Amino acid sequence: MLPATLLRTAESMADLKSLQHCDAFVRRHIGPDDVQVAAMLAELGHQSLDELIAATVPAAIALNKSLALPPPEAEHDALERLKRLLADDMPGRAFIGLGYYDTLTPLVIQRNVLENPGWYTAYTPYQPEISQGRLECLLNFQQMIMDLTAMEIANASLLDEATAAAEAMALAHRVCEDKDVTAFFVDHHCFPQTIDVLRTRAKGYGFDIIVDDPARLGAHVVFGALFQYPDRTGELCDLAALIAQVHARKGIAVVAADLLSLTLLKPPGELGADVVIGTTQRFGVPMGYGGPHAAYFATRDAFKRSIPGRLIGVSVDARGKPALRMALQTREQHIRREKANSNICTAQVLLANIAALYAMYHGPTGLMRIGQRVQRLTDILARGLASRGLVPHNRRWFDTLTFHVPQTQAVAIHERAAAAAIHLRRDSETSLGLSLDECTTAEDVEILWQVLLGEAAVSLSVAALDAEFATGRLASPFDATQLRTSPFLQHPHFTSYHSETELLRYMKKLEDRDIALNRSMIPLGSCTMKLNATAEMLPITWPEIARVHPFVPPSAVPGYQAMIDGLADMLKAITGFDAVSMQPNSGAQGEYAGLLAIRGYLDSRGGQHRNVCLIPSSAHGTNPASAQLLGMRIVIVACDAQGNVDSADLEAKAQQHANELAALMLTYPSTHGVFEEGVRELCAIVHAHGGQVYMDGANLNAQVGVSRPADIGADVSHVNLHKTFCIPHGGGGPGMGPIGVKAHLAPFLPGHDVVAPNAVVRDSGAVAAAPWGSAGILPISWMYITLMGASGLLKATQVAILNANYIAARLAPHYAVLYTGAKGRVAHECIIDLRPLKLATGISEEDVAKRLMDFGFHAPTMSFPVAGTLMIEPTESEAKPELDRFIDAMLVIRREIDDVSTGRIDAQNNPLKHAPHTLADITDANWERPYSREVAAFPAPWVREHKYWPAVNRVDNVYGDRNLVCSCPPLDAYSS
Amino acid sequence: MSNTLKYARSHEWVRVDADELATVGISEFAQEALGDVVFVELPKSGATVSAGQEVAVVESVKAASDIFSPVSGTIVAVNDTLKDKPEILNSAPLTDGWLFRIRMSKPSELDALLDAAGYAASHG
Repeated sequence: MLPATLLRTAESMADLKSLQHCDAFVRRHIGPDDVQVAAMLAELGHQSLDELIAATVPAAIALNKSLALPPPEAEHDALERLKRLLADDMPGRAFIGLGYYDTLTPLVIQRNVLENPGWYTAYTPYQPEISQGRLECLLNFQQMIMDLTAMEIANASLLDEATAAAEAMALAHRVCEDKDVTAFFVDHHCFPQTIDVLRTRAKGYGFDIIVDDPARLGAHVVFGALFQYPDRTGELCDLAALIAQVHARKGIAVVAADLLSLTLLKPPGELGADVVIGTTQRFGVPMGYGGPHAAYFATRDAFKRSIPGRLIGVSVDARGKPALRMALQTREQHIRREKANSNICTAQVLLANIAALYAMYHGPTGLMRIGQRVQRLTDILARGLASRGLVPHNRRWFDTLTFHVPQTQAVAIHERAAAAAIHLRRDSETSLGLSLDECTTAEDVEILWQVLLGEAAVSLSVAALDAEFATGRLASPFDATQLRTSPFLQHPHFTSYHSETELLRYMKKLEDRDIALNRSMIPLGSCTMKLNATAEMLPITWPEIARVHPFVPPSAVPGYQAMIDGLADMLKAITGFDAVSMQPNSGAQGEYAGLLAIRGYLDSRGGQHRNVCLIPSSAHGTNPASAQLLGMRIVIVACDAQGNVDSADLEAKAQQHANELAALMLTYPSTHGVFEEGVRELCAIVHAHGGQVYMDGANLNAQVGVSRPADIGADVSHVNLHKTFCIPHGGGGPGMGPIGVKAHLAPFLPGHDVVAPNAVVRDSGAVAAAPWGSAGILPISWMYITLMGASGLLKATQVAILNANYIAARLAPHYAVLYTGAKGRVAHECIIDLRPLKLATGISEEDVAKRLMDFGFHAPTMSFPVAGTLMIEPTESEAKPELDRFIDAMLVIRREIDDVSTGRIDAQNNPLKHAPHTLADITDANWERPYSREVAAFPAPWVREHKYWPAVNRVDNVYGDRNLVCSCPPLDAYSS
Repeated sequence: MSNTLKYARSHEWVRVDADELATVGISEFAQEALGDVVFVELPKSGATVSAGQEVAVVESVKAASDIFSPVSGTIVAVNDTLKDKPEILNSAPLTDGWLFRIRMSKPSELDALLDAAGYAASHG
């Protein structure tokens, strides 16, 4: 440390440029400073980061040049540039509807959940003891969906309404009686993007999609049918009769229902629906130019084992108290692989929780009032128009009107709309429509009259018409039979927190039960829980990002488009690919979209018979589940003792299936956390036999700036923006999985029936509801790459690899570290093997994971990719003191395991088996354990400074799955 | 008792009850490896199955295992008790935890199965 006087002298001699700290963000994103980096390098016996990388990354794939990206930009400069970029956008007021509606995010929820790292930086709740807060909120979400739809069970959300419809179609076939029937009926008035996604997905399943008027339903033999309620035109079909017709032929009836309308309308569950799906976007989640939002999925109890996605259930903990967890995970891809119900690997937790909190904020009465107001405004608008001769085509409506007009009149209407910066729905040249929402005002209705009627709007009065409705002289166009009579949201959670203070404290209570990145490191292997910087997060709630309807013409939002294009260009530079599609909403959906591009390319060259997908045995479960969605035949490739793909087995299988080979799905660095030497050769083998290489991008954080997937030999790869590029995990979603492809696959990227996202598309179909996926969170990755620049990104990768190797080296004397590269180095994560210790002592990887909670840490990834192991990925964002704390904790745990093996402590009655320890344990009058309360709760001195108390003791997984409960228990269940 | 059982390498056992009637379950080794069973999906009574066909699924919290019929025939009964009490599969896999009864169409298939010692050796 220099004396203050010298320091002043040194600074006074520096020039202005060096004082400006342009790279300031890089220093803040990367945890260890230069001194810490040097210390960790010394521990590893390396002189420099470059030397470490040379010893880790095979020379054959090293990039050896700088990424073609600009230098790092400072935080405020980058934000200002983005703001300027968006300044020309004129998104106007969108009345387009089609599943996207303007909404008022309650500000207390925006600030304390959406913008709060305690909520948005948490991980998927695989470790329930440290996730009880968001699990409770998700259970509330499930209860909300069950109540509003009147269904028996609901999951914890899906990606969007269109993919939820596709999942419903798949469930319908799983549970239908006659599996030989392969046609699925779709009401022609479903949302166009839903029909688009259904068509895409049906191809892989071998289903036929029949899009027709429900009046002709009887003419078709189908295993199920989808109806939109209310439909695209705003009309309310006779749902009960249609569902009865489907049931009469033993089909499964699926209803896509608008959640807000269900506060007023008879819920589909009361009309006989088997599955009800939809979006919860208009419950306080901004449109975000397409997402992210939470879709919902509800069904009958009898079909619970066929439900896709996450399901939250109530179980008990070791003290017999209620405790929440993710239930029935055997349905999911990480266990069932190609036999899973779906490839979905996530939920939209942050958004589902915002929607649930919106319902708690407003309560049943408040929600109904919002629904009634929207409908009243629609009534007033419709009556006014009708009084001037413009009669809606639909006879009934909740919030949506459709008009059939001569083409010249339609042109005039759209011209007046454009002049008023208003976007209407365009069905055809002679049909148009509009949907009102929570944000619509009386003034908006007056403007809409002018837009739709021109001069004929003169003298129409909202107040006058409203008075006629209020006094009963006019009425909504519903039959009494169509109105809801059943109560909903009666659980105290939905009726207790209507004052801001009450809701604020409830949200804080939930937040405090969970471990997120603002508390401690989350060293989850394969998940890359790095910093989600404030500067990256700020833009997502800017109105110019958040309040944009996904179907406004791209020309109205050139700034948004430029941001998306700019990010695509940066991702191309980083991956080496020629084209990027932003549409996939998750990593698994990226896999699906990538395989779809491969499918399209092979088909275009007469390769329809190429249907074999090679997948290494170490692959993430989504890989086979995604290949299964395309109807591909999965052939497993063995791994060798070092955890690498067995190249001889790959060669043999590629040869054996040479005529049918479609693709290899490969993760790099491998799921074992190793840079395999022979990866180029693996890709070459597949290409030599006519196949394409899909690279799973889960481990891209070890490659950025060091090597590039396209250079290695991949034809397509997805990029987990929620791992490598800083989109936070949101407590279990959202994510983004855009794909990069080489030029030959570019024509086969996803399209979109409403707004074509790509000029060079052949008919590949949509994979998600919105053209650019969850566009509203793309600024996060745009900011990250902009702030880091080429040099910062390279340094991040280097330090991620350094941190992992430092942990591996420090733990190696105490735990077996599985798998290293040719020169003994791991990539960005390391696997420690608990199996020998379990064999000797009975202490399992789960016991270690739960004991880490007593230290305030989130466990590493458990039993993936190898059962009985823990996979640790520290990321570049963790500084050395945090790594050392984690290592200290692991060493304390190692000594506790020794105590078991030497017999100093009982094999069952010990701090590992009883972990995690709660306040209930510590304050229990009976303490009959061979270790102290202090050891239980404060296993290291630094724990005292910032103690995290798990909300529950170890959760009983078996009880929860044997006694499935997925709705809110009465509040008194928690007391006692 | 278990001496009279025949085993498939895929961990199912068969016990011949009468000439062509047999009972099928999973082995002690299989239940131990699976851990606490939380759900059993059983075939439909009356279904015709062939040897080696997937006919049932046994699920623990962390794994789902397909059950293959060790012999061909027609399912004549299933153990419905497992629906409410799947834990019987753990406590009594060779007796009360049976999965289904089958009327064998090719009893000679039994010859290809292992005896208890052979089975123990196969996964030893």
